[in-house]
Amino acid sequence: MRRTFLLEIVMIAVAVAFLFPVYSLVSLSLKDPGQISRSPLALPDPPTFDNYGSAWSAAALGPSLVNSTVITVVSLVALIALGSFAAYFLARVQSRLGYGLYILFLLGIVLPFQLGMIPLYELVSDLGLIGTHTGMILFYTGIQLPFTVFLYTGFIRALPREYASAAQIDGASHLTAFTRVVFPLLRPITGTVLILNAVFIWNDFFTPLVYLGGSGYETVPVSVFAFVGQYVSDHGLVFAGLVLGALPIVVVFLALQRYVIKGFSSGLKG
Amino acid sequence: MTAGRSRPAHRGARRRFSAASPPWLFAAPALAVYALVVLYPAISGVVYAFTDWSGIGQDMSFVGLANFRTLLGDEQAMGSIGNTLLLTVAIVAVQNGVGLLLALGVHARLKSRALLRVIFFSPVVVSPVMVAFLWKYIYNPDPSAGLNGLLGLHVDWLGDPSVALWSIAGMVVWQYAGYSMVIFLAGLEGVPRELHEAAMIDGAGTFQRFRYVTWPLLAPAVTINLMLSTIGGLKLFDQIFAATNGGPGYATETLSTVLYKQAFVFGKFGYSTAVALVLALFVAAVSLVQVYYLRRREVTA
Repeated sequence: MRRTFLLEIVMIAVAVAFLFPVYSLVSLSLKDPGQISRSPLALPDPPTFDNYGSAWSAAALGPSLVNSTVITVVSLVALIALGSFAAYFLARVQSRLGYGLYILFLLGIVLPFQLGMIPLYELVSDLGLIGTHTGMILFYTGIQLPFTVFLYTGFIRALPREYASAAQIDGASHLTAFTRVVFPLLRPITGTVLILNAVFIWNDFFTPLVYLGGSGYETVPVSVFAFVGQYVSDHGLVFAGLVLGALPIVVVFLALQRYVIKGFSSGLKG
Repeated sequence: MTAGRSRPAHRGARRRFSAASPPWLFAAPALAVYALVVLYPAISGVVYAFTDWSGIGQDMSFVGLANFRTLLGDEQAMGSIGNTLLLTVAIVAVQNGVGLLLALGVHARLKSRALLRVIFFSPVVVSPVMVAFLWKYIYNPDPSAGLNGLLGLHVDWLGDPSVALWSIAGMVVWQYAGYSMVIFLAGLEGVPRELHEAAMIDGAGTFQRFRYVTWPLLAPAVTINLMLSTIGGLKLFDQIFAATNGGPGYATETLSTVLYKQAFVFGKFGYSTAVALVLALFVAAVSLVQVYYLRRREVTA
């Protein structure tokens, strides 16, 4: 079809324009300062990988990667466990109180976290959790629960009740019916919950800056922020640091990206 | 969202089992963490908004509405409300417009559509702070580099007070248009092909089919997209903090940057929390109005 072909050309052109910032990022990270000032837009010629080695050590990315990974993975496990259990109750309960509780959770999507920012800091500090992984995990689990519960509840509402009922007729408890029968059916939405929360937690900047700044437990965005501040004029070096900082989450996304669209479409139908 | 798939009628012995809901204990752990991390601090925040707390020690007293009166007389803070609203309107309109066009484009049977979807969505997964640093370079005033070099312009994107706010909106749209696209795409995939074929047989053109078949069925996706982008726009912080920190002058100052500075630069925690409360009320009011109107449209569509 001629029209499809034309649309394809247009969309590819849009994608190329859209990728200009990414091109700048990668090409500058492969240039030395002389090349950058002489020909900022040209392809790196010849490309140099020196920036990457220097950025890796200057930004102290090794330890930050470990911190980010620990905080993100444990928070995700907590979010998926707590969120799916709560959503199973909220999607199935048929009382005003249950509906009110659902609305109470949704309120958390709307509230700007800044409203509770300072009292929460006090609370975390009273618990002795400033500058610890536990404090960050507790924070992310709480702050991302509303969105997680929202996604799970929509999905579970669209699932027929009969699966769980059948298991219960066979003598299974609510808990067994959920963990053995319902939870495996939630795979597409769990994929979506996983990616969207991973992206948020891995990339969050402000909270770890306030809670972890100077503790030695900094996450990747905080380390990159400090690193950029220090080498602000050396764009090759700074951009190599940005590429290294963004790479882990981009790789995870590419590996799991098919779940994003699938999960969204099932969530919308719910 | 639509009413959902209709469930088959429950019959006989099954009814008792399907009506039995899981017990409260299923929601209790989530509720406990949510209350501790979100609800309790937010309620305390509302209380702090009426004090003159400086953030050090227990030394605070209630000052009634004084913080809100200060806000009304604070030219910079009032200007930031205007900036917040302008920025949000720009982001909501352009991000969703572009997102919808992209979704329509990659929904068609293109050979490259799987790759195009991944390309348009990928900026979403990169840290907003890092995207801001990248765009700070893209927006640099040097006529031979970045966007100026590409387009042959001489604009000081982030340094010119009359342009800076729109430049911020531009980088946000670049990062999140793919997010809107994915949600619209999910909506488009729920539109039955038979409806399009029937409309085509009736002689409807491409635009008419979009207007009378696709658009009404996209209503749930429109609701979610408008809500998420509005809330995101009103709360926007990281990008501004890293790219302009509210400048030049106060050109990109928003409620988020003002409340940050009042707390962490000037130590006025009570006042900062009052600004946060105003922001929360804005977000709540806009969301409520949107839910009300958009939901009604979904029902009648």
